[in-house]
Amino acid sequence: MGTALAFAPIPGPVLTASGCSAFGQELEPFVDLDALGAVVTKSVQLQPRSGRPTPRMAETPSGMLNSIGLQGPGIDGLLADELPWLAQRGARALVSIAGTRVEHFAELATRLRGVPGVLGLEVNISCPNVESRGEVFACDPVAAADVVAAVREAADPAHPVFAKLSPDVTDIVSIARSVTAAGADGLSMINTLLGLVIDPDTMRPVLGGVTGGLSGPAIRPVALRCVWQVHQALPEVPVLGMGGIRTGLDALQFVLAGASAVSVGTAVFNDPSAPARVHAELADALAARGFASLRDAVGYAHR
Amino acid sequence: MTAPADRQSHAFGELLTEPAPAAVQAPVQRVVEVVGRRPVGAYVELTFAAPETAGRAVPGQFVAFAIGGRESAMLLRRSIAIAGTGDGRLTVVVAPHGPGSTWLAGLQPGATVDVVGPLGRPFPLPEPGTPALLVGGGYGAAALVGLAGALRERGSDVSAVAGAASADRLCSVDELSALAGVTVLTDDGSAGRRGWVTDAVAEQVGRVGVVYACGPMGMLRAVAELATAAGVPSYVAVEESMACGIGVCMTCVLPVVGADGRTRFSRSCTEGPVFGGDRVRFADVGTLTADVVGAAAMGVLPA
Repeated sequence: MGTALAFAPIPGPVLTASGCSAFGQELEPFVDLDALGAVVTKSVQLQPRSGRPTPRMAETPSGMLNSIGLQGPGIDGLLADELPWLAQRGARALVSIAGTRVEHFAELATRLRGVPGVLGLEVNISCPNVESRGEVFACDPVAAADVVAAVREAADPAHPVFAKLSPDVTDIVSIARSVTAAGADGLSMINTLLGLVIDPDTMRPVLGGVTGGLSGPAIRPVALRCVWQVHQALPEVPVLGMGGIRTGLDALQFVLAGASAVSVGTAVFNDPSAPARVHAELADALAARGFASLRDAVGYAHR
Repeated sequence: MTAPADRQSHAFGELLTEPAPAAVQAPVQRVVEVVGRRPVGAYVELTFAAPETAGRAVPGQFVAFAIGGRESAMLLRRSIAIAGTGDGRLTVVVAPHGPGSTWLAGLQPGATVDVVGPLGRPFPLPEPGTPALLVGGGYGAAALVGLAGALRERGSDVSAVAGAASADRLCSVDELSALAGVTVLTDDGSAGRRGWVTDAVAEQVGRVGVVYACGPMGMLRAVAELATAAGVPSYVAVEESMACGIGVCMTCVLPVVGADGRTRFSRSCTEGPVFGGDRVRFADVGTLTADVVGAAAMGVLPA
């Protein structure tokens, strides 16, 4: 089931999802990391971040709401500790980068040029843009394109650049067109949906950050719809599909809608071996339906 | 807000504890069978045939259960302290309060469940022969039974204090009584003395060389403060709610002073659940103070 993230070949179509597997180390007892398509890192920024105060999560029907605030070591910590650890094990890293200004993203892409073990970049544009009064980059086709163009220009030419799109937009196809025109080599779809949970006892929002990102199987139909619409409009653009994938048959739906690889995110909290299990189940599902290769199944539902 | 420099030097200048070291053995994920179920007051004690999990466990560690099978709408794992191991069996005490713990508590002998563990950092053991005081609040006392045995084997004189709101919420008193002199207290006087565990801790802390505690956060704080004021090192096992239990979700963080004297948002699962009692900044839980590493990037600047 070899596939590719745009021009970068990977041995399998199942990846972890950003923010759901830290930097990979914690999954080592449960998953053969170098057999995964790639480890998608937690989003890294220029500076270390504490993240938000607790409570940071709430369980919801077939999902969860989280508001972590991108806790992480910053790019220096990533380069010093996390990426060498993954490279030593032969694992490939799709590094998720985040920032609040276009220059932040470009600087991160520059710092990651030529780093061993880095397969490519996933651009987390679901961040507030300080130059636009905090409007999220992913919700503005122009701002989103500015970030992607700057990253593509600064990044190692060997690193495919995937823009991670938010479903919280009126027309995801127009954002997809804008960022691919700006140089994105592929699209990661989707990020979490913005949600809210109120505690009926305290009668206040549960999360310290008030709102949070909804993930898990609850959002799968939304994610699948996004992949479907974008693949229909832009069939040549590689898509890394994600959003509530828990089984091989879930992954198959994303492939049939147009994804050439998938990320398993929140399901890892439920089952730390989920990425390997989904890989095996997807292989069985493809074989059972007579597909000789994954490629033959990509977008097959559009026929 | 207190100036961070003052906070650091006054409150955390001379700590009595070292951070608890990580466990030696990696966790495993197994589907295990319930072989025993026993209601204990307001709780349910479950025993599983889980030789690989039990064989790796050390006192202070916990296990994380998947709830409701592979199609379950409850995705997040429930993390519960290990109450006992032996003969290839693993015992936990479940306190049913929400839908997940109620499902778990309802498991009958012959049922199977997916469990990940052992997880987390064990209780560090003192110099052989050091007299120890163990303090359990509610079902938290279950986590101290294995520790009491380990301390006795190393020649420690062990005393224990078990407290709860009422008699039906006491736990593991018989098991602890076989290993230690136990003082029982309840808020309503329905068992033992009427009062709080801190009453007994205040009386006994001067006679021991180390204090261990597991229970609700307010109790841990009070016990840790009494121990620290008496110049006695304390180790607390926190009961923070966790989504994954393995260190990838970043939801279970607490402000904890590290070996370098700096405070970080530390994961209760992989950097805990056992922390030095004088290292947890109980007063700051649920807030972000400017001296937490990475707070500046969140927009929190030093006062």
